[in-house]
Amino acid sequence: MSSVKDWAAPNPITENRSGLIGKSVDRYEGRLKVTGTAPYAYEVEPPAPPAYGQMVTATIARGRITHIETQAAEQSPGVLAVWTHLNVPPQARRGERLNPRSQRPANPALASDRVEFYGQTVAFILADTLENARAAAEKVEITYAAETAVVDFLASLDQGELPPGEEDVHIGDFPKAFAASQVTVDETYFSPIQNHVQMEPCATTAWWDGDKVTVHTSIQMVKGGQHALAETLAIPSDRVHLITRYIGGGFGGKGQAYDDLTLAALAARAVGRPVKVAYTRQQMFHGTIHRPAVQMRVRLGANADGRLNAFALEAITHCARHATFTEHAANFSRNLYAAPNRLTGHRLVRMDIPHAGAMRAPGEAPGMLSLECAMDELAEKLGLDPIELRLRNEPDVDPETGKPFSVRQLEQCLHEGSQRFGWSRRNPKPGQVRDGRWLVGMGMAAAIRGNFLLPAKAGLRITADGVLTLTQGMTDIGTGTYTILAQITAETLGVPLEQVRVELGDSDMPPAPGSGGQFGAATAGSAAYETGMVMRRTLADLATGDPRSPLYGADPTLVSFANGNIALDNQTETLAALVARSQPEGVYVEGSISPAADARDYSQHTYGAHFAEVGVDVVTGEVRMRKMFGVFAAGRILNGKTARSQVTGGMIWGVGTALTEANTIDPRFGSFANQDLGTYLVPVHADIVDLDAIFLDEADDKANPMGIKGVGELGICGAGAAVANAIYNACGVRLRDYPMTPDKVLEGLMAKGL
Amino acid sequence: MKPFTYERASDVASAIQAVSQTPGARYLAGGTNLLDLMKLEIETPTHLVDVSRLPLATIEASAEGGVRLGAMTRNSQVAAHPDIRARYPALVQAIVSGGSGQLRNKATTAGNLMQRTRCSFFYDTAKPCNKRQPGSGCSALGSLSRANAIFGASEACVATHPSDMAVALVALDAQIETLRPDGTSRSLAVADLHRLPGTSPETESELAADELITSVNLPPPAPGGQLYRKVRARASYVGGLASVAVAGGRLVLGAVALKPWRAETAEAALASGASRTEAAMAELAQAQDPDQNAGKIALVRRLLGAVLDETNTGRGA
Repeated sequence: MSSVKDWAAPNPITENRSGLIGKSVDRYEGRLKVTGTAPYAYEVEPPAPPAYGQMVTATIARGRITHIETQAAEQSPGVLAVWTHLNVPPQARRGERLNPRSQRPANPALASDRVEFYGQTVAFILADTLENARAAAEKVEITYAAETAVVDFLASLDQGELPPGEEDVHIGDFPKAFAASQVTVDETYFSPIQNHVQMEPCATTAWWDGDKVTVHTSIQMVKGGQHALAETLAIPSDRVHLITRYIGGGFGGKGQAYDDLTLAALAARAVGRPVKVAYTRQQMFHGTIHRPAVQMRVRLGANADGRLNAFALEAITHCARHATFTEHAANFSRNLYAAPNRLTGHRLVRMDIPHAGAMRAPGEAPGMLSLECAMDELAEKLGLDPIELRLRNEPDVDPETGKPFSVRQLEQCLHEGSQRFGWSRRNPKPGQVRDGRWLVGMGMAAAIRGNFLLPAKAGLRITADGVLTLTQGMTDIGTGTYTILAQITAETLGVPLEQVRVELGDSDMPPAPGSGGQFGAATAGSAAYETGMVMRRTLADLATGDPRSPLYGADPTLVSFANGNIALDNQTETLAALVARSQPEGVYVEGSISPAADARDYSQHTYGAHFAEVGVDVVTGEVRMRKMFGVFAAGRILNGKTARSQVTGGMIWGVGTALTEANTIDPRFGSFANQDLGTYLVPVHADIVDLDAIFLDEADDKANPMGIKGVGELGICGAGAAVANAIYNACGVRLRDYPMTPDKVLEGLMAKGL
Repeated sequence: MKPFTYERASDVASAIQAVSQTPGARYLAGGTNLLDLMKLEIETPTHLVDVSRLPLATIEASAEGGVRLGAMTRNSQVAAHPDIRARYPALVQAIVSGGSGQLRNKATTAGNLMQRTRCSFFYDTAKPCNKRQPGSGCSALGSLSRANAIFGASEACVATHPSDMAVALVALDAQIETLRPDGTSRSLAVADLHRLPGTSPETESELAADELITSVNLPPPAPGGQLYRKVRARASYVGGLASVAVAGGRLVLGAVALKPWRAETAEAALASGASRTEAAMAELAQAQDPDQNAGKIALVRRLLGAVLDETNTGRGA
């Protein structure tokens, strides 16, 4: 196993001779997407005319199907099949694994008469057109024996249990230290259920060729999807060819396979023709996963000088009764602020509602909404500027593990952001700044998010025309993966960007873990870099070993790669000439990256600081974001444009989190109150008027050979809290229940006599 | 979606005949609401008569000194018209606060009036809704929704009307003109177009199914300030939590009832010398107060008072 020391030496990426690393290169696939010619999973043209599937979903939260009347649906025009738990083709049992190395177990659809949550798939229609399938779906009549369901989180908080295998983390003596603290905050914050609402719903186009199935599907993890389908169909995974070339947003919600994949594959086999299945927008809410609600109690105890003596963050969250998931809302806080006495932990309530799961920055996204407001509250009690309070609690080493930080530029983010945003304009006393009917205020929050490197491989081919093609079972969920992999490959091999092709999202390609946890760029990118280095060595050997090459006989370790050439001193030839002459069928190599054995000897995170200015309508309680600025430190930046889009996108999520975005379970039905984009409110253009972000110069040589880190989730961390703190500064209303909709703000204004 | 047939009407008379003579037929204008509802099988017309290309899309001066808006004028067309902008600013403000740019390019004046509620239970076909399925019950009652009506609601239905434009039209005392299959036309105040739910919330307007709106007529604007203000959770593309239109002393509330709600009590109070705050309080004293809506009543009271202040309507506090 490698060591982080192996990564310290200069390399083509860190030297960046052609300047491609960091350059704001346009998206590799941008033109295809904006011209509507990038085929997403549902739009892929199959080899024969397809049939269309439509799912029918449960309208109770828990119980048993006692009867399904399918005759009218079966007789509906164009219908090819109607499936229920009684006649669905055989599948493996849920959780089964034929191959113990499968990343995901079987996940059968329509597996039994049991209903475990509202919106569970309970029947499936296959028809000659989508319209006929949807029309027939309306004709399925289902009778249930409903059972008592637990669907009300706030009424079930006392049912919370420790998540499996977890304990609270106690350091020092929190209760004693808290009791002895001179200034304290003890408040409870609530982060609601959120839905991913990706632009592209989950969808699959499937067809069989003999005993092998090809599925084009929208999923973040290629291997996970391939293995899940293989296990569900009880076939070896090499008989599942999974392709996911373009993905219209994932955000964690497409980290796993859903019933569209299973049913498309089953139906295509059953009718002997390709099948397309997609979730409707409404079905996405219940049928996939959501970010669960979290109630968080934060206790801060400080000395009069603002140094934290006691710190606690206790989170209660929920998951589906039979699908364990824990939103680890307290974890981030273990690495953030210094305090000798600490308590963090989670409780999990199991309910009969749709599955909770990962959503952009799971843990940090809701978790920072509590602590970063509590810090604001503490700062006010101490009479300290909230930036100064954070600076006074900046640890020298990781506050829980004692490990050194790889790089930690939180202080620099705070200083730089304060300067650029104009934090000095802020009046620390709330409710003092008025602009017409708007009360104006400013707030800030820190950001932290872990950085990870997972094992990954990549393949690289150079053909006789000099074109390099990188292949990787990686995904681009809209983040810019195609683009950065092209940049890495071009810089490593010293060729112009136009000479590089990137092919992703195919289970036949060398595997990568996919997109999630903001590990994608570092993981897939490092594998691409290592593979590029293998190609350099291979081409150097080829040239120096070929009597016809001008480099013949030279030391292969001394050759350089630049401008599409391989060269040593004055001897040079183009890569195209070399390959065309010496190996005209092309050269293909593979490479891989693994985490360094000692990488976890360092506390390794990405950091940032958010600054927000909002207006609060003093009459109506409406809140509008006026300005937002973020400063981030996340290692070496590969592409200024796509990286900025990632963090500003995260900040916009923060605005939605603070102001509008939420779902609730209607306790009468067990269903979500909001089931479309007219009721589940994400920010629109008019909400985001002046928002920008910058990155600090940084390279983290403990992270990976390129010194880069992830940026996909950092931007959302803390962003909502900055907006909440700005609301308080604007009008003096301290809300702890997200989102801060006009009704809640108005109630606060009225309580203050405004 | 249920299968349906479609025809594009060549002239107004044949469009009306087609709808009149085909059971289950509906007029199709911009389609921004009807088509959504058809996809969910909330609306299940057997036949659509497309009236969007009929020659009803002009904006012209009326004999009375007002403006006549053809029924098929587009929302964006009306909002951009110089005469409308100069003389009916409240209408412009109302139109541009509705939907999105794309929707306003497609949506028509008449279609905007005929759009149906956005009550989420009306859209969720798995839940009871008296408007969608008479007699099934009202799921919005006792729900967590803050969108429910506070005026004129009934046990059968607490939905609100979604149009912003209609609220301003009532404040501007606009009239619609319709044509019927027998060739007769009639004129009706927009204020009298929509019905309160009562015991039959499935019937939403005073128009017969085959009656076609041909124009909306704006009288000359009454003297006095005009303003439309909509309160909403985000800055665009969302229904109002409440809205107020003021024009020439007429006060109309939006998103509070199944029709634009003329605040007659407040108007009367102002006329009898009450202050703006008193007038707003008098109007809201009649609001229904099911537990979920307490905040909404306060919101509307404050909003109404603020808009009266801003337009300098009536006497200050």
